[in-house]
Amino acid sequence: MSTASIAQALNEQRGGFDFELAKRNAALEGAGMKVPRATKTGTTIVGMVYKDGVVLGADTRSTQGPTVADKNCQKIHYIADNIWCCGAGTAADTEFTTALISSKVELHRMATGKQPRLVTALTMLKRLLFRYQGHVGAALILGGVDCNGPALYQVYPHGSTDYLPYVTMGSGSVNAMAIFESEYKDGLTQEEAMKLVHKAVLSGIFNDLGSGSNVDLCVITREGHTLHRGYDQPNPRRFRYPGGFTYTNGTTPTLSSSFTPSRTPAAVVGGAGMEVDA
Amino acid sequence: MFGMANDFTHREIMDPMSVMHTARQLGSASICDVDLSQPVSLGTSIMAVEFDGGVVCGADSRTSTGSYIANRVSDKITALDEQIYTMRSGSAADTQAVSDYVRYYLDMHRNQTQKPTAVKTAAKLVSMLLYENKSMLMGEMIVAGWDAHNGGQVYKCAMGGSLIRRPYSTGGSGSIFIAAHCEHTFRPGMTRQQAIDFVDNALRLAMASDGSSGGSVRKVVIDASGVERTYTGGVF
Repeated sequence: MSTASIAQALNEQRGGFDFELAKRNAALEGAGMKVPRATKTGTTIVGMVYKDGVVLGADTRSTQGPTVADKNCQKIHYIADNIWCCGAGTAADTEFTTALISSKVELHRMATGKQPRLVTALTMLKRLLFRYQGHVGAALILGGVDCNGPALYQVYPHGSTDYLPYVTMGSGSVNAMAIFESEYKDGLTQEEAMKLVHKAVLSGIFNDLGSGSNVDLCVITREGHTLHRGYDQPNPRRFRYPGGFTYTNGTTPTLSSSFTPSRTPAAVVGGAGMEVDA
Repeated sequence: MFGMANDFTHREIMDPMSVMHTARQLGSASICDVDLSQPVSLGTSIMAVEFDGGVVCGADSRTSTGSYIANRVSDKITALDEQIYTMRSGSAADTQAVSDYVRYYLDMHRNQTQKPTAVKTAAKLVSMLLYENKSMLMGEMIVAGWDAHNGGQVYKCAMGGSLIRRPYSTGGSGSIFIAAHCEHTFRPGMTRQQAIDFVDNALRLAMASDGSSGGSVRKVVIDASGVERTYTGGVF
């Protein structure tokens, strides 16, 4: 074995990290290439605790940079029958983390035979997010009712959590918080709570560029949950001709026409027929 | 108040509702934009003081993301054991994770020894985690509490993992504004009430000078008889 080939063999065995692609990406970026970015839900999500339950609210706009990617997406995710979760940040991350935790919570429910608690879901979420050091871009509002009564938590992408009576997150959070800070009162009824949450989400929809379209609400009480998908539709799509367009035959004149018959399929000569179960 | 009357105190968090009420009467939090790529940090004023027979823990209640106040009624005084508390400053995620681990270790330790845990043990655990993960953690924690061996104790667990016992300790971004004040007014062997007033005054001063600190002053007083939680609202 020549010295050169030994050196090559040793080099191949060396292992470690390869930063070739990182270097390539940096070079391409330097040359002016636009790096693709993940879809972010420029969002208004809110939550509020009232007398005997929790109301969660969200807008339904999903954006990719300056364009609207989805006009009617669902940002209120299912965790368990008594626990729901609003998601802001990277759309894929909120979708997958809530689905993962929902599945773990369900397995935990079957193993224990008890109704899942909010702290269980919260702890699972914060451990996952902390492990990924903020790279999983999920900003969440976790709300629900368990054996300790109604509760609401705010979860940040880095894994920190807060326990609060009313919460807003996403790019429209400041607008929604303004509504809560000025109008929140203790001991509201379900109707009043829904009205306030509705108003907070609308504030985000109308005043924040990243938020828009419809209002979704989810009400969770001791008795169960009700998801109001499309609770309010303040931005319906309006058509100039609601019935669409109709054209009579011959609207477009035929200038010329020709007809080419398709090739006749080749005939199979001999051979055994395919066996088919009767 | 809030549906079930004692919901919040059960979870060792002061009832945020009444804190908000008091705060709203005196003014509202300033609000700018939200940046989720920045970790939530406790731009903070925290402190703890030993007195004759116990300790007083104190903290402001502001948590911020960049220039936005993420939580104006946050609880930075976290229980590690029945009579041992920690005050957190720095990254909220990091210090919450550290205190979660330490609480778990202390639960195991108490179950194995069947004795109340020493404050020193808790402080050592915190500083061990901070030392062994120094490249990944951003946070300073003050551990304070009472045990039968050494009475009230205050330990400072600094960022690299060092552990210092002090008669009083301050931390967070607001602490530099009150360093001289504390040095000047601190007296060894204060009474319970003197220590409470010392913490209260110092934190009010820190919150007045430091933009990242504010909200209300939360206090936890720990001595042989148990734990008492209080807060003074609406100091901006």
